[in-house]
Amino acid sequence: MPTYPQETDRYSLQPKKFIVWLFMISSFIFFAGLTSGFIVYSGDSLAKQLNVKMPNAFIYSTILVVASSISLQWAYIQTKRSNFAKQRLGLWLTIALGVAFTCSQLYGWVVLTGLGAFFTSSNASISFVYVFTLFHILHIVAGLILIIGAVISSYKAVPNVLNIFRMEISIVFWHFVDILWIYLYVFLLLNQ
Amino acid sequence: MATLTLNDTHTAHHDHAAHGDHGHHKETFLNKYVFSQDHKMIAKQFLITGIFMGVVAMTLSILFRIQLAYPDESFPLLEMLLGKFAPEGRLDPNFYLSLVTIHGTIMVFFVLTAGLSGTFSNLLIPLQLGARDMASPFMNMLSYWFFATASVIMLATFFIETGPASSGWTIYPPLSALPKAMPGSGLGMTMWLISMVLFVASSLMGGINYVSTVLNMRTKGMDLWKMPLTIWAFFLTAIVGILSFPVLVAAVVLLIFDRSFGTSFYLSDIYIAGQALPNEGGSPVLWQHLFWFLGHPEVYIVLMPALGITSEVIATNARKPIFGYHAMVYSLIGITILSFIVWGHHMFVTGMNPFLGGVFMITTLVIAVPSAVKTFNYLATLWRGNIRFTPAMLFAIGLVSFFISGGLTGIFLGNAALDINLHDTYFVVAHFHLVMGSAAIFGMLSGIYHWFPKMFGKMMDAKLGYLHFWLTFISAYLVFFPMHFMGLDGVPRRYYAFTEFESMSEWLSVNKFITWSAILGAVAQVAFLYNFVYSIFWGKKTVQNPWESTTLEWTAPVEHLHGNWPGEIPTVYRWPYDYSKPGADVDFIPQTTPLSETMSSNLPHDFEGNEESERIQLDWEKENKKELVK
Repeated sequence: MPTYPQETDRYSLQPKKFIVWLFMISSFIFFAGLTSGFIVYSGDSLAKQLNVKMPNAFIYSTILVVASSISLQWAYIQTKRSNFAKQRLGLWLTIALGVAFTCSQLYGWVVLTGLGAFFTSSNASISFVYVFTLFHILHIVAGLILIIGAVISSYKAVPNVLNIFRMEISIVFWHFVDILWIYLYVFLLLNQ
Repeated sequence: MATLTLNDTHTAHHDHAAHGDHGHHKETFLNKYVFSQDHKMIAKQFLITGIFMGVVAMTLSILFRIQLAYPDESFPLLEMLLGKFAPEGRLDPNFYLSLVTIHGTIMVFFVLTAGLSGTFSNLLIPLQLGARDMASPFMNMLSYWFFATASVIMLATFFIETGPASSGWTIYPPLSALPKAMPGSGLGMTMWLISMVLFVASSLMGGINYVSTVLNMRTKGMDLWKMPLTIWAFFLTAIVGILSFPVLVAAVVLLIFDRSFGTSFYLSDIYIAGQALPNEGGSPVLWQHLFWFLGHPEVYIVLMPALGITSEVIATNARKPIFGYHAMVYSLIGITILSFIVWGHHMFVTGMNPFLGGVFMITTLVIAVPSAVKTFNYLATLWRGNIRFTPAMLFAIGLVSFFISGGLTGIFLGNAALDINLHDTYFVVAHFHLVMGSAAIFGMLSGIYHWFPKMFGKMMDAKLGYLHFWLTFISAYLVFFPMHFMGLDGVPRRYYAFTEFESMSEWLSVNKFITWSAILGAVAQVAFLYNFVYSIFWGKKTVQNPWESTTLEWTAPVEHLHGNWPGEIPTVYRWPYDYSKPGADVDFIPQTTPLSETMSSNLPHDFEGNEESERIQLDWEKENKKELVK
């Protein structure tokens, strides 16, 4: 037998990358469900619209998350050039920015509650803001776990294919989470 | 059959052994039967769990049917079995509602979604496409264990004091959102929600795997238009799942916040025992929008795999190519798309803008088109076929019957004006039990009889299969058909004892008739269960291709191997429905047979415009005609 297709399809990572894309589609649908819920709810009457100003913290979060996407992309480029020290630097930077983003979001909640806009509000539009950000933070956590996986494989002697694969799924997912936040933020700005 | 692969078997097997079973060095009981990552084992796990849940849900239905038929009588046995849920031998009204709720939930999600898609997508996607396994076997294993955990949690609600969730399988708020609303809305509802979140996670992991496998891991030559219709159906079902289940999670998340964190997404202006609740401003209709955005596609998640299985079984056993293969695929795609824009027909009477109702009515009625395409294609495939009435074939034909009789009433219910009269009556119950309940169950049973040899390497007993079919088929019609007339008379669904109303008391005799028919149907399943279990252990051994089918799964050896085929994966040269092709020696040509081996039966369109091949075929035909003349 000249060829062993069994061996080649075992190491094909393409289907697994595809799984990440499909997961992103389903989580986008989740947020689309929430935001359409918001539209249905707030379209009911004037009193149910979002009548509170979004805190400035969300602007800083946006800057942080965009910066983290850039640093991760940089880390990926360095990985492809086999500059593993710079890859690690980029990854650690991204993790730090991701954590800073989360803190900034939580600070945004503090500001909102300071304005009297609580999670348990008789105007559920405000509750929606908390739900959007909470579930977005959960996605950030998932993204951070992927990045930590990439960090671990950058320190261990794994095949470079696997190292690059982990980088690839991390950046795809992290960019997605980044864009997701921008979508949610713009959505909130348009509706406030 | 499958000469190509068989010739390779011996040398290839050696290689396979040398390279080890896919990297699994030791096979222990735990990783073979419990935490298996092999798609065939996972399929069997889904099947057996699904059958178990099906039996449970069926038993629940018999319990509430007894109540409906004999609202005034006491059955001491019930008290013995159910204790406080049936004081003095009569079902507690709250427990009656729990039974209805859990029956619906289990049947729709646990049996007909996980049991059906989980079993057959797992079994057939890799086998019919020529893949070693799923895209991510690990995620596939997780998918099963999330499902198993969800099942355990759902059943565990029968063992808590306040009983299972009882606000209907659609869990409309405020009943579901207020733990104090009724006994079942307490802990039972919380567990229902946890169970369903796990279930959705399981479905998503499964669905994502199926889509990735179908798009990335087809064998050489298996382009999309050479896939069997089963695969098309599973593929599109998985897409519908990926696009709709997350919305259910979104809805459930908001409901959890309403229940436990004091938000008011769905709650407003509610008084309990004269006390106003603090919740304000919520909208229960919001739940319905979010729920039915999943809920309606869910109906097609249930039905489409059954339709795919039926296409395959009917074509194989009618010994004819499926009529209108492309039309079958396009109608599935049509159903997939339409399923997302019809959810409003569940909400015609919620005070919806009549114009919007009109839009939903039109989109709903348009679904009749792809459905009718499918029905006519099934009938045209059967027409003048050389039919082999195997049990699987009978169940497939049964599906077509239910799909027609149940689908016709959909045209009534999809009509916004008629729905004013018909909503929430037994007419609805009759409609969906025929079109998605019975039809999908028959599709699933058809699949079990058909692929049992593939799953267990044994044959099921055909005689018991016939007995099972006829009893089930007849009892299903006897149970659900009379419900149409009850519905037209305005009998409301989900009522504990509607025959107490004077205007409806005449339906008591019909209720008794339906209950006894349901018991007959339940008893018929014993024939199936006995056959199923007996055949696994002591059934007749199967040959490799018992139904003389053309698809790839029958080229894999009967003994299950990790990686499905010893040595190379077979290559595919033709579509899966070359049955009774004129000019061929046998009445089926497997997908693995190249066109060069079937010169006598090749048709011009088989070459898909490949001029070289067409020329060779023409030369061959000229030569052979000369021989004939000589």
